[in-house]
Parts: sequence; structure tokens; C-alpha cells
Amino acid sequence: MAATQEEIVAGLAEIVNEIAGIPTEDVKVDKSFTDDLDVDSLSMVEVVVAAEERFDVKIPDDDVKNLKTVGDATDYILKHQS
Amino acid sequence: MNATNRTVVVTGIGATTPLGGDSASTWEGLLAGRSGVSVLEQDWAAELPVRIAAQAAVDPAEALPRAQARKLDRSAQFALIAAREAWADAGFTAKAGEPDAAAGPAGSVNPDRLGTVIASGIGGVTTLLGQYDILREKGVRRVSPHTVPMLMPNGPSANVGLDVNARAGVHTPVSACASGSEAIGYAIEMIRTGRADIVVAGGTEAAIHPLPIAAFGNMMAMSKNNDDPQGASRPFDTERNGFVLGEGAGVIVLESAEHAAKRGARVYAEAVGQGISADSHDIVQPEPSGNGIAHALQNLLDNSDLAASEIVHVNAHATSTPQGDLAELKALRKVFGDDVDHMAVSATKSMTGHLLGGAGGVETVAAILALYHRAAPPTINVTHLDPEAEADIVRDAPRALPAEGRIAALNDSFGFGGHNVVLAFRTV
Repeated sequence: MAATQEEIVAGLAEIVNEIAGIPTEDVKVDKSFTDDLDVDSLSMVEVVVAAEERFDVKIPDDDVKNLKTVGDATDYILKHQS
Repeated sequence: MNATNRTVVVTGIGATTPLGGDSASTWEGLLAGRSGVSVLEQDWAAELPVRIAAQAAVDPAEALPRAQARKLDRSAQFALIAAREAWADAGFTAKAGEPDAAAGPAGSVNPDRLGTVIASGIGGVTTLLGQYDILREKGVRRVSPHTVPMLMPNGPSANVGLDVNARAGVHTPVSACASGSEAIGYAIEMIRTGRADIVVAGGTEAAIHPLPIAAFGNMMAMSKNNDDPQGASRPFDTERNGFVLGEGAGVIVLESAEHAAKRGARVYAEAVGQGISADSHDIVQPEPSGNGIAHALQNLLDNSDLAASEIVHVNAHATSTPQGDLAELKALRKVFGDDVDHMAVSATKSMTGHLLGGAGGVETVAAILALYHRAAPPTINVTHLDPEAEADIVRDAPRALPAEGRIAALNDSFGFGGHNVVLAFRTV
């Protein structure tokens, strides 16, 4: 069953918390992974891989650069999850 | 800067070892003659011929924020913890480039004049092998993108460099078990020749993993005294049968005497110099006559103003192997003659185990603290002193060093590959 937008944001918050140590409540749709959430370029790869597993979605490397904010990633996953 | 022979001093020390999570607890453990060796309770150890090691007293991953720890190999975690202790111990309260009253009239440490030289013998071996397990079990996609910066041997030096904002140079000499001492020697030269005013230097290692243990074990290099872990590392004892693997880091802050004086820093000791040589004898066996080591000791005397009469303490490399321990003592006798008789020789690996590339860092810290407190730590487990060990081995209890006057101490480190590095420190 596909995840809702709310579930995806909550899931991403848990992933970002695990990888970058940012409190889950600070992970919001308008936040930039790099500028606000302490996710560097290598850690972003980890976020993507964890999100792929969690939401059963494929995120090709070429698309990762377009995922600047938590909202970008949420929309991408909503659209592409199987 | 044209200075080529500046005086170098030690202004900060830090360590995290099998005896304690900082230099103070490590020193206390050394004086108390405490063994840091224990049985490996991990499942993976059950089938190994060697099931003992000197594991760090404090898990470094618990001592760092989780998000930071997970991007660092265990060897880099140790280095960062020891470096931060040393940096704070030198009085600094901020990284270079930021306002810091401890930097003296300058108001901040100049990043362009700050370097790091931190070495390990093996590098991020647990990261490398752990990620290979993940590759095979979970597939390509799950291999961590942090793998390369975590496994590269220069990772600890680079991470410490980032932490203090070092821009004069970040280096990592690799020479197996001499690496930590070679790093400190390199740092001394950086300051002496004018490349830097401050260098954070030392050694680190985190190799307690079944593959290194199986490999060292198959070389017949390690003690298999699994039933007596605390008695397994016994340098200079007739029953010694190999080293015990340890882990951790020792790091010091070296500084030009001039820079330290300008900011009113506390000085532990002068870093007098180093002697380096290579055996060119065998890839792993020590040259048994001690000639290679003697060559390093002679180079130390020839290239510094150190006098053999000043040396009252030697932190021996002494890993508890049958051949190596004696070669070192033969070399001391060869170069220093009767002066060896006033040198209190300690083998602290009897307590810490052998930290490989971390050994030179931790044992430099021990040698400096021995001078500073004027006490040589004991060598434990010398039940029957090898009759061929013709030196004054400190046994059982710490030995007071001369209370007055200028005294000097050596830290010896030798490594597979035939590397010999001797460092000298002296009270100020």
C-alpha cells in the first residue's frame, strides 16, 4: 500500500535523524537537506538508499540532484512509489 | 620563514587507550600496573587461535555525537578524541582562525601555521572489511558512500585537521608499528624547519577484528595465552611468546618554543629530536643484533644536542616477542655503553597491549608524562627476567626518576618493514 505524504515526511525525518542526528521534529517539507539538515553529499546518498528501501521506490542517481528539500523528496516518492 | 633549527616543545597531551578514556586515567593505570587485556567475548572470536586483546576502555562511538561517529572509522574516532583532549590540554578553547584568548597576543591560532600528522599502521581496516561483508550480503547499493574517507589511512589526520582547522599541512606517514612515532618525528621537523608553529601529532589504531587477528596469529607473532589474558603480554620475561593486540590513540600538541612562550603555554617537555633508520634485513623479522636500531639511536645523538648522560628513562618498543625485545636492549648497550645502567627501561605494552600504529602515540604520551611526573611506569608480568635482558627493567612498581636537574627520556618504535624510529624528550 502506498505511503501518504504525511507518512513519507515522517519516514524521511526518521532517516535524517539516524544519518545526520537532526531531531525528527526539525525535518519539515521546506527544509533543505544540505543547508538546514546537515546532510552532506555523501550522506545524501545514504538518505536516498534508505528512502528507496523504506518506500519501495527507485531513485536514479540523476534524479538525486533535484531533491533539494524534504518536500522535493516527498513529492518524488509520492509520484514514483509502486 | 628561514628558521631551520627552532626549539620544539610539547604543550598538550591526549590519549584514549585500553587503560582509560583519557591521558590521566591511562597514566593512572600505567602507574598502578594495571593490565588492559581481556578475553574477546564477541561471537567472531570463538574460532580464533587468539581470543584476547586490549580493547579500548571507553567505546569511542559512545564518546562522540552519533551522526559524527557513524562517518568515522573507529581509528579516526580514537584520533579525534585524543586530539581534542590534547588541543584543550594545550589551553586552546577554539579551532584555529576563531577568537581564542589562549592564542596569546595574536588573538587566534593562525590556521596557515597549524598542521596535523596522525598515523595508523593499517588504516580503516574494520570499515573496509565490514563494507565488504555488506557488499556480499546486501549488495552494491548498500555499500556506504562514506567507505573511502573512512578507510583511507590519512582519514584520522584529515579529520583532526578539519576539527582544528589546520592548513599548514595534514600528513600520514605509514610505517607499520613505527607509524605513530614517525608521525611525531615528522611533526617535530615541520616546526623545527619553520613550516608550522603548532602541529597536532600522534598515532591511532583500531584493528581488533577477526582478519587481522587471524593474520597476525598465523605469523606466530601473537601470544596465544588465552587462559591468562592479563599475563599474556610479558616483555623481557623468559616466557614471552608474542604480542597482544591493543587499540586506541595517543596524540600530542607540539609547538615552537617561541610560539608557546608568547602565549604563556604550559610546557611538558622539549621535543629534542629523533633518530630514524631502516634494517633492510627482513620484511618482518627484526635484525637480531640490534644494529639497525643502534643506527637510529646514533642518528639521534648525531643530529641533536642530546647527551646519553641525560637519558634516565626509555619507553621500550618491547612487544613481548622473543627476538625483538632483546635486539632493542642490545642496541641501547651498543650505543650508550655504561650509560644504559642509569636508564629505567619500561615496557608499557605489558599493560596496554600493542597498539600497532597507535603505539608510538600512546608511548610518547607515557614517556612525556614520565618526565613530567619524574616517575617511570612499571613493566608488568616480568616473573622471570630473561637473563639476556641486560638493562635496568622497571618491574612491579613505578620507579622515581631523579627529582632534580634536566632529564631526558626516549620512546622507541619499530615496525614491520624494518622501520626504526627513536624520539627524545627532555625536561625544560
